[in-house]
Amino acid sequence: MITLNNIKKTYNKGTVSAVQNINFSVNKGEIFGLIGPDGAGKTTLFRILTTLLLADEGTATVNGFDVVKDYGKIRDCVGYMPGKFSLYQDLTIEENLNFFATVFGTTIRENYHLIKDIYVQIEPFKNRRAGKLSGGMKQKLALCCALIHKPVVLFLDEPTTGVDVVSRKEFWEMLKRLKAQGITILVSTAYMDEAKLCDRIALIQKGKILSIETPEKIVESFPVKLFAIRGGKAYKLLEDMRAFNGTDSCFAFGDALHVTFKNDENNTVLQYLDSKGHIGVSIETITPTVEDCFIRLLKK
Amino acid sequence: MRPVIKTDKLTKRFGAFVAANELTFEVEKGEIFGFLGANGAGKTTAMRMLCGLLMPSSGKATIAGFDVYTQTDQIKRRIGYMSQKFSLYDDLTVTENIRFYGGIYGMEIKEIKAKTLELLAELQLEKEAKTLVRDLPLGWKQKLAFSVSLVHSPDIVFLDEPTGGVDPVTRRQFWDLIYHAADKGVTVFVTTHYMDEAEYCNRVSIMVDGVIAALDSPAKLKKKYGYDNIEDVFYELARKAKRSE
Repeated sequence: MITLNNIKKTYNKGTVSAVQNINFSVNKGEIFGLIGPDGAGKTTLFRILTTLLLADEGTATVNGFDVVKDYGKIRDCVGYMPGKFSLYQDLTIEENLNFFATVFGTTIRENYHLIKDIYVQIEPFKNRRAGKLSGGMKQKLALCCALIHKPVVLFLDEPTTGVDVVSRKEFWEMLKRLKAQGITILVSTAYMDEAKLCDRIALIQKGKILSIETPEKIVESFPVKLFAIRGGKAYKLLEDMRAFNGTDSCFAFGDALHVTFKNDENNTVLQYLDSKGHIGVSIETITPTVEDCFIRLLKK
Repeated sequence: MRPVIKTDKLTKRFGAFVAANELTFEVEKGEIFGFLGANGAGKTTAMRMLCGLLMPSSGKATIAGFDVYTQTDQIKRRIGYMSQKFSLYDDLTVTENIRFYGGIYGMEIKEIKAKTLELLAELQLEKEAKTLVRDLPLGWKQKLAFSVSLVHSPDIVFLDEPTGGVDPVTRRQFWDLIYHAADKGVTVFVTTHYMDEAEYCNRVSIMVDGVIAALDSPAKLKKKYGYDNIEDVFYELARKAKRSE
């Protein structure tokens, strides 16, 4: 449904490189995640694919249409929810939705079934102006507006940034239901934990793709053993583990430290921590998360 | 030990709407305190009262020993504040930003100069001293903003979602700075949407519909609610929220 071939884009007359040699494709009905921090190039890719920005080099297609030659056809069949909300602040919820439906030559009634699950949650406030809505409600309205013309591909640029855990969970439930209706979804996020909810993910940093895989395979391909170390005073433990000469990497993950060693067999570490005065320390082998994998790729 | 933040039934009403309802808690010196809640739970209102920016409707609170009703000027001198949205001036250089904030807090030129060198060294930003803040990567800006919020050696620093949008390594480097500050005795009061960060706090509170629904160390909260991570604890409490932001 989406293909990119050697896409390159620079800004400021070639002095700032946004993305380089980007190649990937997204299959029909797939939820494909672009995972990476601010400035990685995610939004540039969205703007190229939604025909709002021309690439310097390379080609790309959406739903079989070329992003340069057939831009009009692409605009008819995709929905786009930009990172900064596209809503008209002075229009109410209902007016915003009506506006987007009209622009695409349809009506709310015609495609109501597509947005019903989401829209019922904000419908009680339909006469409230978009500018007066909370983050979670704006997010739901923006998704409705991106869906109202029954797109075959949905582009969602950081839809969950700044949104709390409860709203984020609900949002991903909605995406699963849309996927079940056959809609292809390209979604970006800076939250690593959302990666595991995608069918496949591309980890992206500084305009380059570090890896494209299913979340399971990315985790499987972690090349060394990963250990979780718990106990004692957290910050002291972190400092001491970083100073340990057998440590390859050491990062805090919630209540544990995630550690890799230069050599997977590490018999002296508990003895070392004991000598540093840590009491009741536990160490176990664990399965890496996508975040562990991303950190490892960043370090290369 | 005397608490640095002490509240007793602290309440803010906007007309009939009770944004923050009888908040009672204490935060110790050098503690990292996570202040969690869904969007609209009342976190911002509570934080504004604690910073001396919003007059409470009822209840009591002292910040660094100063009263939130009558001593807001003193409070502002003893606290630092950083939010993701605004902290630094893009059109000023790194050094100029530090000097500006030092000046605002009435520090002497000599003191500011010494502090500037200290901060640049700690952040390893010596080479960027004369760089405009707008040209810094987001992660560096966040670290600088945090350091600037500490320029006047406050007792407490309030961090409002400080780590949005950066890569996981940078996010952890930021927490290294937080730990370091707390280690030196600064009390850190932080809000975040990253639930793994809640685990880095000594204690966390979870606000739901204007009240503090839970408050304890992450380990005790997980035990009490029977989950192995704070995200699930948060979800269980916050999904019961009735009010929609």
